[in-house]
Amino acid sequence: MWQQHLAILPILIPLFTALLQLLPWGDRPQPKRRAIGLAASILTLVASAFLLIEVNSQEMLVYLLGNWEAPFGIVLMVDKLSAMMMLLTAVLAFPVLVYGCYSEDNLGSHFHALFQFQIMGIMGAFATGDLFNLFVFFEVLLISSYALLMHGGGKFRVRATLHYVLLNLLGSALFLIAIGTLYGVTGTLNMADMAVKIQALSGDQAMLAKAGALMLLIVFGLKAALLPLHFWLPQAYSTTSGVVAALFAIMTKVGVYSIIRVYTLIFGADANELALVAHDWLWVMGLLTMLAGALGILAARDLRLMVAYLVVISVGTILTAYSLFSTQTTGAALFYLVHSTFVTGALFLLADVMAFERGKTASRIVSGKRMANHSTYAVMFLVAAVAVIGLPPLSGFVSKLMILESASANGHNFWLWAAIIGATFIMLVAVTRAGSKMIWHTLSGKPSEQSAPLGKRAALASLLLLSLLMTVFAHPIQQYTQSVAEQLERTEDYPKWVLKAPEVSDE
Amino acid sequence: METLYSVTVGILTACSVFLILRGRSFPVVVGITMLSYAVNLFLFSTGRLTIDGAPILGTSDSYADPLPQALVLTAIVIGFAMTAYSIILAVRTRGEVGTDEVSDSNSEDNR
Repeated sequence: MWQQHLAILPILIPLFTALLQLLPWGDRPQPKRRAIGLAASILTLVASAFLLIEVNSQEMLVYLLGNWEAPFGIVLMVDKLSAMMMLLTAVLAFPVLVYGCYSEDNLGSHFHALFQFQIMGIMGAFATGDLFNLFVFFEVLLISSYALLMHGGGKFRVRATLHYVLLNLLGSALFLIAIGTLYGVTGTLNMADMAVKIQALSGDQAMLAKAGALMLLIVFGLKAALLPLHFWLPQAYSTTSGVVAALFAIMTKVGVYSIIRVYTLIFGADANELALVAHDWLWVMGLLTMLAGALGILAARDLRLMVAYLVVISVGTILTAYSLFSTQTTGAALFYLVHSTFVTGALFLLADVMAFERGKTASRIVSGKRMANHSTYAVMFLVAAVAVIGLPPLSGFVSKLMILESASANGHNFWLWAAIIGATFIMLVAVTRAGSKMIWHTLSGKPSEQSAPLGKRAALASLLLLSLLMTVFAHPIQQYTQSVAEQLERTEDYPKWVLKAPEVSDE
Repeated sequence: METLYSVTVGILTACSVFLILRGRSFPVVVGITMLSYAVNLFLFSTGRLTIDGAPILGTSDSYADPLPQALVLTAIVIGFAMTAYSIILAVRTRGEVGTDEVSDSNSEDNR
């Protein structure tokens, strides 16, 4: 039965593709590499879609690596949240890779191999059910992201990468200290098993575990760009090439995912002395992150920098909503997570093509030449802006409405409502200003002759189309994210699933 | 033994934090390398310190936990690769930007 291996396929396909991409492939390797990359990307997409269907019917897939019994061996634990994130990654990766195939991959070497390794790391981080294995997959995705961030080279890019690398090396060291502390106290690395062991802790042991838990929050907060650990993101995302920035729209979500995973399953409501250890922090820091992001977009003089700050706002919104720890709000936050990934990815690509066609003024928010495909970009910018700000009728509006409505049932509404509506207003002002400067006020004279290839525009349009589709199919998607949130809350089921997982049979 | 061990880890960590807070890339890289040593030692101690214990049950009176050793091995490999990469990156930054200062006080103005 091949279905029993479904959980590992989205990791294996990119791994083997990346190895294939490293082969020399003759005199003109790029066309072959593109074909292989695109084919593999579709395969990953299909595998993730099957995985989601399978998980939706079976609740959870647990895969024992090497058939070692849990909790002694490493397990992959794909629940509804993991499956959703994996499908999201695959859906984002395909148009981004299509965009990259239009000579973006010629700017530096090994773009295709790094791209696949990156996907592999992200998929692995979403799939794993072992804390140390999570660290290893974090390293896989970070190492490829270090190289991808430098893709194309240049002074600012190298410097931003140096900062990013050094910060993440520190993050990794902290991650290891946190894992070591938790292992020393609980004697296990399996997340589901650790959730059981944490419940029994008291006194000094509980304090040690709390230190470990909060150190993990620093590590994940750094990945997710939670205030005050978000300072690396705007520089890194705004200086790198558009295709890499668009792919990195999912990277902060890996941090968000890890926070949701660890602080629901291990340090969730059932953890006795350690129950909800991070939620007060997440609440305050999430609100402040939104504020910092809002100030950032007002101050940004470059469209790409502005989009980077929009990513910061989206992270703040998701984590604040999650910190309320109610099923409805978490479900709504997950819907917003999917929406914001697509829209920020599309905006990074849009900023990139606009910068290319505008020539000298690039993506700075000043009036410039008329672009060759001016009206196309104007429409795309309008759609993306409406979606990202959260104006009706697109998915941003739907998801923000869901968050606000579910929060009002909790009595926590005042600050959350104020922050989300305030941030929305500031986004409206800043994005509108950027749009009118860059698209309405053009300099007289000949329009630009440089035109971005049709394929790039199609890839970009398909990402925007996903936002439209999310609006049309909002109901089934919302039902799914709600079922994800409900499953997350039933933490007592996880040890039952994971620790009694059946072995993988030979047939 | 525990005291000596924890003091060693503490001093290594303190020195590395001091180095990481320096403004030039070379001390920062050295500091991160030193921090990874401290982390490896710390990870090793999470299985409790045992003397004369085999990491296999039943072969000696007490036994040592083998898992932290495996974790340390993984961490060493990753840490080693990352140190190499950050050195290359630091050298390249020195070449392209013309200074090895980590802070970027003037890069905003050049944008």
